Amino acid sequence: MSQLLEVSGISVAFDGFKAINNLSFSIGPAELRAIIGPNGAGKTTFMDIVTGKTRPDSGHVTWGERNVSLLRMSESRIAREGIGRKFQRPTVFEDQSVLDNLVMALRNDRGPFSVLRYRRSDGDLGRVRELATEIGLADQLNTRAGILSHGQKQWLEIGMLLAQEPRLLLVDEPAAGMTKAERDRTVDLLRRAAETRAVIVVEHDMDFVRKLGCKVTVLHEGSVLAEGSLDHVTKNQDVIDVYLGR
Amino acid sequence: MIRSSFAPGVAPVLGAPKAHRSFVMRNPSVLIFLGILALFTLAVTLGAEATGTGALSTSFVKTLGMTLCLCLVAIAMDLVWGYCGILSLGHFAFFGLGGYMIGMWLMWERTEGIVLSATAAQALPPTPDELRAAVGQQIFGVVGGSEIPAIWAFASSLPAQLALVVLVPGLLALVFGWLAFRSRVTGVYLSILTQAMTLALALYLFQNESGLRGNNGLSGLQNIPGMTHLPQSEVSIRFFWASAAALAIGYVLAAWVVAGKFGSVIRGIRDDEARVRFLGYNVEGYKLVIFTLTAIIAAIAGALYYPQAGIISPAEIAPIASIYLAVWVAIGGRGRLYGAVIGAAFVSLVSSWFTGGQAPDIDLGFYVIRWTDWWLVLLGFSFILVTLFAPKGIGGLVDVIRHKVVPDRHGADLGPDKGSFREAEQQ
Ligand SMILES: Nc1ncnc2c1ncn2[C@@H]1O[C@H](COP(=O)(O)OP(=O)(O)OP(=O)(O)O)[C@@H](O)[C@H]1O
Ligand SMILES: [Mg+2]
Repeated sequence: MSQLLEVSGISVAFDGFKAINNLSFSIGPAELRAIIGPNGAGKTTFMDIVTGKTRPDSGHVTWGERNVSLLRMSESRIAREGIGRKFQRPTVFEDQSVLDNLVMALRNDRGPFSVLRYRRSDGDLGRVRELATEIGLADQLNTRAGILSHGQKQWLEIGMLLAQEPRLLLVDEPAAGMTKAERDRTVDLLRRAAETRAVIVVEHDMDFVRKLGCKVTVLHEGSVLAEGSLDHVTKNQDVIDVYLGR
Repeated sequence: MIRSSFAPGVAPVLGAPKAHRSFVMRNPSVLIFLGILALFTLAVTLGAEATGTGALSTSFVKTLGMTLCLCLVAIAMDLVWGYCGILSLGHFAFFGLGGYMIGMWLMWERTEGIVLSATAAQALPPTPDELRAAVGQQIFGVVGGSEIPAIWAFASSLPAQLALVVLVPGLLALVFGWLAFRSRVTGVYLSILTQAMTLALALYLFQNESGLRGNNGLSGLQNIPGMTHLPQSEVSIRFFWASAAALAIGYVLAAWVVAGKFGSVIRGIRDDEARVRFLGYNVEGYKLVIFTLTAIIAAIAGALYYPQAGIISPAEIAPIASIYLAVWVAIGGRGRLYGAVIGAAFVSLVSSWFTGGQAPDIDLGFYVIRWTDWWLVLLGFSFILVTLFAPKGIGGLVDVIRHKVVPDRHGADLGPDKGSFREAEQQ
């Protein structure tokens, strides 16, 4: 099976400190993958590289059927290529309504002049309502995002990701600060999303990762320590030493 | 495009988000603003010397007309700063440039008229070359030359200079913005850069070799060619009307820009630039569009202002002018268009009251506070107070009146443990 995203041999150093060290990673077009690892392992930095926020010192990042390199593209261009990202801290536009947040994320022409002329079509509104139902915010479309609960903000951000219709979704610690019930819903959401696209989830919560029921990659000091099913990696002695045993 | 937004709204689908309501319906403040502006214009017209009772002096009508132009440039400032988060401290430079561009035509045309009438008695009318030389002598004599600088090539053509009102500041903003935004200069560094641009422009204009008469600036601009037969009272009310119309159009345009998805994106850029980028929007492109658009609005405001002021000199472009502009918008309330208008009108009128010597001095016994000297201190103090205690400015009073409760987050997000805090806020 050809891979959607291939990262090979990337390294990046911040002031001499190697945050990512000769890391290789790949994911298929409709796959769910969890990345775990201790604090400072380089999980967020890995996402920064894929989304163009940080440029690696060496290595390759190739994308899609035609294997185009992402390294020379701007962040916004990479997003338009179909890579969506959810940040560790929920970042929605708090001063704007749920509706406005979702409309902004909808997959439409993003040039300033076409956005200036944009008028909400029935199709777009239907899509927004569909998404809002999926993330449980159908009744809050006109609510300002700033007064949503923490969990609702996380969902809204996931909804905005889905609205972009990305082919790859990068989700950084979605369960942080969620209640048990909210976590279960989030697992459902992510699993459903992964039926049609690639999803990479970074999470510390082992219970959450177990429920995702997918292949797991363990990062440590900027490179892959182990990869496989959760049961497989949790039996790995290295993983126990650096991460689980602490 | 604007007109289509005014199309009668289709009734909203029951229970659905408001999709098809017209632009004005969604923005009642636009109608209120236009109504107030219309009433104000009517009142001034009825009070002016040329068209009404004469209760308002010609110079006061001019002051009011100029104030409307300042309101327009404040709207531009609010768009770029209040909505898009770019604290430009250079928009008054664009305002001044617009004034210079129209001033060139005004001065040229009027001087030519004077030269022509002076030579009318001669047997032979002057040849075009002689005429140019005489006009050049008249305009550039003060800076010790009669050579006509190349930048005056189109000065005899009103359409050309009107085009330059838009093109010169527009291109400057485009090039400057492209360089600055492309290198991701943001925040205070960008503000400093815009101040540097303003200072450089002012210093350049101060030179006699700039071709724009150095520190003499352009003068006699109140004498409008083609209206010389009209008294100033008549000219002043016409410019007042033009300024009111420009403000109305500018307000509606700005409201339309910020009402839709474009407004959503630029407010997103203000609040979290990186997030907008990861949504796939080219943030730099948006900043460039808004920076250039607002520079053009500022230039048009300036082109209407200086014929009423009568004179433009490089001192007008001094960096401090652009800072005042930011102060007006902050005091009026940024991020809402009427706030910018209130701030500009209120502060500039109060300012001319204080500095005009009308404000009574305060005798403390040991010291007399003369407002002509102390006004700036008072203004600076008010600015600090507003920034600290009323960040929403005067416009924030509207929220109080309408009992609109907005969570005051001081920029922080509501974390998982703040449920009760959130409830308290919603009450
Ligand atoms: N811009 C930066 N400048 C300097 N150091 C950085 C930068 N970004 C990350 N680092 C460092 O790189 C290392 C990896 O950080 P990263 O945020 O990727 O870890 P993480 O795996 O996401 O950790 P966590 O689980 O705490 O979120 C850390 O030691 C961090 O301090
Ligand atoms: Mg992280």
